[in-house]
Amino acid sequence: MSEAKTEAAKAASPDISPDISIDLRGTLCPMNFVKTKLELEAMETGQVLEVVLDSGEPIQNVPKSIKEEGHKIVDVKREDDHFRIKVKKC
Amino acid sequence: MDRFIEDKTTKVKVDYEGAEHKVDFNDLKTGGFIKQRQKDLFTVRLRCPGGRMPTDKLVEVSKLAHKYSKKGVVHFSFRQSLEILYVDYREFTPLVKELEAIGMKVASCGPRVRVPTACGGCEYNPNGLTDTQGLARMVDEKFFGTPTHHKFKISFSGCPIDCARTRGMDLGFQGLVEPEWEEPTCTGCTICSEACKEDAIESDPDTGKPIFSPDKCIYCGDCIRACPTGAWRAKRYGHTIRVGGKHGRHPIDAEEVATFVPDEKIPDVIEKTVEWYMAKGIRGERIGTTLARVGVEDLKKALEPVIGEIAAPEKERT
Repeated sequence: MSEAKTEAAKAASPDISPDISIDLRGTLCPMNFVKTKLELEAMETGQVLEVVLDSGEPIQNVPKSIKEEGHKIVDVKREDDHFRIKVKKC
Repeated sequence: MDRFIEDKTTKVKVDYEGAEHKVDFNDLKTGGFIKQRQKDLFTVRLRCPGGRMPTDKLVEVSKLAHKYSKKGVVHFSFRQSLEILYVDYREFTPLVKELEAIGMKVASCGPRVRVPTACGGCEYNPNGLTDTQGLARMVDEKFFGTPTHHKFKISFSGCPIDCARTRGMDLGFQGLVEPEWEEPTCTGCTICSEACKEDAIESDPDTGKPIFSPDKCIYCGDCIRACPTGAWRAKRYGHTIRVGGKHGRHPIDAEEVATFVPDEKIPDVIEKTVEWYMAKGIRGERIGTTLARVGVEDLKKALEPVIGEIAAPEKERT
């Protein structure tokens, strides 16, 4: 989704500033999810965690697992060969 | 180890509840007692539908295996059941009694519906779309031991990964889900196109929204699970039904006879398929051979009243 963003997307994901950010590029599955989970566990409900994930397996798997744990993905941005996602702790 | 030593005895006298009987080792197989190479020793195959066992039962089975196996070993069969090896036939009676006391049944071999196999399914496997374990229990209760022309193996896979190898079964059920997409909640994040391993979803270069190719979709549900906003949803769940597969010396790939068949139709599908096999097949012939001889259309016709009208998956996105 390079630079282009629809109005709907803008409305749905205003620029939320994360409380904590972790860069998991180069971290393999399932350790990237484990690290995300540990980070979320240490946070307060309602806080936002930013996670940077590689394309391919990490982006295929980690968001699914975050959803299954009951948290909310509030923003997703593709940046070249990786993704920057924002997760709200629920 | 001498690979060529084999005891050829097939009949022995045995004292059973005070009376002397002749036991024919070949008859024993129907009850899940399989003759080993070694004199007087047998493998006792237990019944573990879907390869699942409560831990308290497992503890008790372990104790019995330890007591009755002359070598103190068990083997996990290729169809997920536990086998106690090296059991002396003279101890069958007490072993079966003790197994019954803990609610453990002995499986069967021979020409009948076998113990069903299944993956974890939707109960605990993240990929699972159907309740394979529940269905395996149902088959075990309703159909286990039904006489057929030859062995009849049923399996359940919860998703298109097909761990339960439904293509190699006499009757296999594989779970699937049809996805549908709703524009209003889609943010164009492109995760679904990343999550789809089949290249069935492309992202629009301007909006990031999905362009779906149903012909490439294998109905695994990865897009639904990956979508952060719920724009991809499950339209319906069901099973692809495969008939006539087998392994062995001459493997056959099963034929697909129906798709998106809902859970509640499964018992009738099994009943009708076995009925068709008994009517059209001949003794000693696997259902795959019957299908090749009679034609898959004949079975499909027989299944029509059971399955009824099931809409084909949507092939075009308007």
